[in-house]
Amino acid sequence: MANHHHTDTLERPEPLVAPKETYGTITDKIAGDVLHTKTPKAMMVTLAITSGLLLVFVLSIGAVLLFGPGVWGNNNPVGWAFEITNFVWWVGIGHAGTLISAILLLLHQHWRNAINRFAEAMTLFAVMCAGLFPALHTGRQWLDYWLIPYPNTMGMWVNFRSPLIWDVFAVTTYLTVSFMFWFVGLIPDLAAMRDKSTKHWQKVIYGILAMGWRGSAHHWHRYEMSYLLLAGLATPLVVSVHSVVSFDFAVSLLPGWHATIFPPYFVAGAIYSGFAMVITLMIPARKWYKLESFITDRHLDYMAKIMLATGLIVFYGYLCELFFAYYSGSLYEHFMMKNRIFGPYWWSYWLLIFCNGLTPQLLWFKKVRTNIVLLFIISIVVNVGMWLERFVIVVTSLHRDFLPSSWDMFHPTIWDWGLYLGTIGFFVWLIYMFVRVMPMISIFEIKHLLPWRGRIIDTSADAN
Amino acid sequence: MTFFVKRPDIYGLMAEFDAPEKILAAAERAKQEGYHDMDAFTPFPMEELTDALGIRHSKLSLFVLCCGLFGMLFGFFFQYWVSVIDYPLNIGGRPLNSWPQWIPVTFELTILFSAFGAVIGMIFRNGLPRPVHPVFNVDRFELATKDKFFLCIEAVDPKFDKEKTRKFLESLKPDYITVVDHVHTKDPYHQDDE
Repeated sequence: MANHHHTDTLERPEPLVAPKETYGTITDKIAGDVLHTKTPKAMMVTLAITSGLLLVFVLSIGAVLLFGPGVWGNNNPVGWAFEITNFVWWVGIGHAGTLISAILLLLHQHWRNAINRFAEAMTLFAVMCAGLFPALHTGRQWLDYWLIPYPNTMGMWVNFRSPLIWDVFAVTTYLTVSFMFWFVGLIPDLAAMRDKSTKHWQKVIYGILAMGWRGSAHHWHRYEMSYLLLAGLATPLVVSVHSVVSFDFAVSLLPGWHATIFPPYFVAGAIYSGFAMVITLMIPARKWYKLESFITDRHLDYMAKIMLATGLIVFYGYLCELFFAYYSGSLYEHFMMKNRIFGPYWWSYWLLIFCNGLTPQLLWFKKVRTNIVLLFIISIVVNVGMWLERFVIVVTSLHRDFLPSSWDMFHPTIWDWGLYLGTIGFFVWLIYMFVRVMPMISIFEIKHLLPWRGRIIDTSADAN
Repeated sequence: MTFFVKRPDIYGLMAEFDAPEKILAAAERAKQEGYHDMDAFTPFPMEELTDALGIRHSKLSLFVLCCGLFGMLFGFFFQYWVSVIDYPLNIGGRPLNSWPQWIPVTFELTILFSAFGAVIGMIFRNGLPRPVHPVFNVDRFELATKDKFFLCIEAVDPKFDKEKTRKFLESLKPDYITVVDHVHTKDPYHQDDE
């Protein structure tokens, strides 16, 4: 307050919630979109495409279950290819939700209130897609439960020294905690939906899910504490999950994988791709549901800035990999890097540099960050780039290892592509279903942003 | 001291306000007046109300800490028991107690148990799920999740008196004052409105 005259001299940013909105209109708009608004036409058209991909998804899983992983292009040096590429890609995308919900909450970034619900849902669905790949890759999918340590008649236990088991624990913990975080955040909004809906069956369903929430001050007190604790717990968790995923590679001895930079470099990449996916999905959702009051251009600008920052860290990671390979003095490391850049998969490396190294540099310009169409295109390019990054790491390291006699090429089959595109269909389909039954913006947290008694919550004020 | 306190014939009196600053002022006044058994209902969390109503600071964080410590100890010693005692694998004579490799799982289980503690602790300490509660008998109460703010003084409060409390609530200039009954007399889903 004391340095208020300070802010007046600066250009005032647009408010986080459009000034015309009141407590009542916020509920009417966000809950009404679920209960009363007709599904937008553009959404129905894309839903048709998505549903088609969903069928491809089912078919591709069926093929693997019936004929085994032999339907994929995997071979002996390349025992993991699309499955792990896709697994890491999806888990990475799943990091934005918790980052937005937890880390930005702890950092008092109030603009997160408009996007956290959507990003959390995205996280859940992305992790569901991710988990599918290793589960199918085991080959005997009906024995997947062996991954869980449980007392059994074979008298055997899982090997806790293996990064693959760490992965099981990290990903399942992440899925569980993300679900709880999402659900706890939903409870007050489910109560709002219960009170807003007019049909009896809607009241019953939302009522059961809201568990009788009544907005009591005693409850809010404990609720806020629980939410803050969850945020504090999810923050180290989100960092740990992608670190553990990177251990799958870093703990091995393969050139191109065996690098200490992997954990931080993977975490930055996860945030980068996660924000890209949030932007990709948010821009159409905002347009179709006319959410400009809550998701302003300022929100997109902030997300673009985070994408730029994490993109730079990722690019720094690529440069480090080059340096490590050179400085290691190891013949195999040298060869791996040369093969990655100029070998048979050269196109994937250069495309990666184009997508993740060059394209995000456009985000330095405010004109680009506030141009919705350009931002949407850049976010898709980044999504592709992050997929390529994992493809480059997995395939170019594996296909030519220490022994030239075992070298081979990896060629994806139709089932590799089918399962990958299928999960995209599954993912978007789940997002659509979510948007139709749950408020996609947190109602009570947006209300929290409205000023009262001279209290203005705004990041521009916090910054001074 | 009596074991069986007679249940008051109503649950309490409820006043409705249309702005956050009004409910805050009302809660502060009610506390000054000496009321203790009361509650406010708001569409979003208002940290200021915690003090205004004199709500005791929750011990949830301590509970979560205990859950986390349990998860950590359980995670570590479970791995120890599996890898050293029940199913030892001799890998090139390396030590069986390879604890650095157990850190990831120990860490994940610490977080998992703490998170369960935070969620389950909050839900159960809040007395949820509780689909039926006297405050829901107030017809306008469904606006408590939208844009209205309610203050309810409960009849169990020693200072509660139907007439005096109503007078006091009137002095706060609310939009409505309603008697909160224990049982709803109408269809709870207001189907007659449609």
